[in-house]
Amino acid sequence: MADETTDPGPVTTLATPIRLDFEFTPGVAQSKFLRGLERAEFHGQRCSVCGKVYVPSRGSCPTDGVPTTEDVLLGNSGTVTTYCVVNVPFAGQSIEIPYICAQILLDGANLSFMGLIQEIPTDQIRMGMRVEAVWVDESELTPSLASVRYFRPTGEPDADYDTYKEYL
Amino acid sequence: MSATARAVRPVSVASFAQSQNVRKDDERNEVEGLMPVIAEVFGNIGITKDDVDFICSGSTDYLIGGPFSFVMALDAVGVWPPRSESHVEMDGAWALYEAWVLLQEGEIDAALVYSFGRSSLGDLNEILTLQLDPYYEAPLWPDIVSLSALQARALLDSGKATEADFAEVASRSRRDALANPKAQVRKDVAAEVLLQDDYVVAPLRRHALPPITDGAAAIVLAAGDRATAWSERPVWITGFDHRMETHSLGARDLTSSPSTAKAAEVAGVAAGKVDVAEIHAPFAHQELIIAEALGLDDSVVINPSGGALAANPLMSAGLIRIGEAAERIRSGAADRAVAHATSGPCLQQNLVCVLEGGA
Amino acid sequence: MADSEVLHAEHRLEYPYSRSTGPVIGAFLTALRDGRFVGATGSDGRVIVPPTEYDPITSDDVGELVDVGPGGVVESWAWVSRPLRKHPLQTPFAWALITLDGADTAMLHAVDAPGPDALSTGTRVTARYRPAAERIGSMADVEAFVVEGGAS
Repeated sequence: MADETTDPGPVTTLATPIRLDFEFTPGVAQSKFLRGLERAEFHGQRCSVCGKVYVPSRGSCPTDGVPTTEDVLLGNSGTVTTYCVVNVPFAGQSIEIPYICAQILLDGANLSFMGLIQEIPTDQIRMGMRVEAVWVDESELTPSLASVRYFRPTGEPDADYDTYKEYL
Repeated sequence: MSATARAVRPVSVASFAQSQNVRKDDERNEVEGLMPVIAEVFGNIGITKDDVDFICSGSTDYLIGGPFSFVMALDAVGVWPPRSESHVEMDGAWALYEAWVLLQEGEIDAALVYSFGRSSLGDLNEILTLQLDPYYEAPLWPDIVSLSALQARALLDSGKATEADFAEVASRSRRDALANPKAQVRKDVAAEVLLQDDYVVAPLRRHALPPITDGAAAIVLAAGDRATAWSERPVWITGFDHRMETHSLGARDLTSSPSTAKAAEVAGVAAGKVDVAEIHAPFAHQELIIAEALGLDDSVVINPSGGALAANPLMSAGLIRIGEAAERIRSGAADRAVAHATSGPCLQQNLVCVLEGGA
Repeated sequence: MADSEVLHAEHRLEYPYSRSTGPVIGAFLTALRDGRFVGATGSDGRVIVPPTEYDPITSDDVGELVDVGPGGVVESWAWVSRPLRKHPLQTPFAWALITLDGADTAMLHAVDAPGPDALSTGTRVTARYRPAAERIGSMADVEAFVVEGGAS
């Protein structure tokens, strides 16, 4: 029995920790994309109705709701459609700040995805900049986006605004 | 004005589709599993997503272990340009109810309702424990089978049913499922043989438990011109209601279902003869409780589909009851049917839908 | 490796939740830490255990808290012959809805009994608390109930 000096007072909180284990599958289409990364390749899928190429693909066209079964091998190069420079430290941060986070529209794709930009001072990143993927060593390739180390400028002239204005 | 006095706008169950109900669908993701079901529910009546005004889904993030899984699932429908849609963290039967309410208000004339869930991905017992009172019940981690067993024991103690009655429900359900190609557990085993099963949590033996099922389902609702255009003989929803009881298990009478009885009263179950009842009873003893609450007599054919004992895709099993009941009317096997759905432990929340064949 | 070979991964979801209890649930949990049970008085005079914050019929605030238990009656029970990993006991046990003495509603807990023949509906049980130093203000402060006067 607690005495006055150690009386903890009324209970006001209850710890209710939760831990659940799941088996996760990305599904057929995303597995194809991830398997492609294992071979240092970007694969997208084309919709048979609207013709758009989605990368990564979830297996359906978000506009038409039909399965996207046509595989499209995309190249390594693309255009930066937008970007941000991260200056703020946060828990779990693995990249040294400041760093550039960008949306990259691969040539031939109709969907941009997020990537890290390196090999350029953070004050020189621009919309329209042409970039290419830098992959990890072949022995380190895995079915994940960690196979892509980062994207770097190709040195080509910036892409015309008209070529990416639909993707902003 | 009470719900029974207000005129009900006739809404038809224009189309119904479900996936194959299986123990484990671990190759496809939710979008890939849903696409064929959506395609079929539209294809049955030759419409596209542009023919519906509203989309509503029922699912729970707890089954997949990730947030906003229902947003991802919309890729199976195609929602660009933006569509009016909603979602309930519940069985699709409640998503259907929400769509029906909008149809009653006259805001829309057609809706797509779908539901999905893969129970195989996680530990279902632990997941379902999280629906319980977080202070008083969940910290002890009682699983759904144990809680259902408490209800079964109460039913036995009350003298309203015997273990042989539970086995009879299980035997009949899986035997009837032999005629349902979409069902998962389909077999003809006599009740006397089932009574030799070991107890899983006494007094529930293995046969009294539902299977673990991955599956998806969809229904298209229509009113007005679209209802008559999409169905030669529309299946009309003539009554619809749902009620819930307290979440404190110990404050409820587990041997009866006052929420089902109330919902049945408001939905007007007793206003006519019931030919078929599709009852969402994941545990065998629960069918007996619901049948009593619905006021069904021996002439009613219960769960010709096999019910949840033959396939229990969480989040879809209730919606499927409505679809199966509608199919019986559409096929001419019934003129008037009742569909029931349940949610929460030990039949805590119950939904009742009355369906009638149109002229 | 086939290009279309589907990938699988284990995924653990973990949250260290802590919930505020409020004055009514807090009072019940505080009493548990002190080795007692309390219930709330409803508008119709019913004693609700575990206490709800609001009257289940009128939705008014509940009335005063009163002592109940430590013993009670089994209203229903279920025998677990193979406990799951998070169950309160790891040897075979019974779940039970127990109406504590002085209460009008039943409370869910575990009963530690030697076998399913040791209890039935109507059996009297009493709480077996953890040692005071181990109690934190949780339903698990009660290790389990045991059959009154029986072997455990």
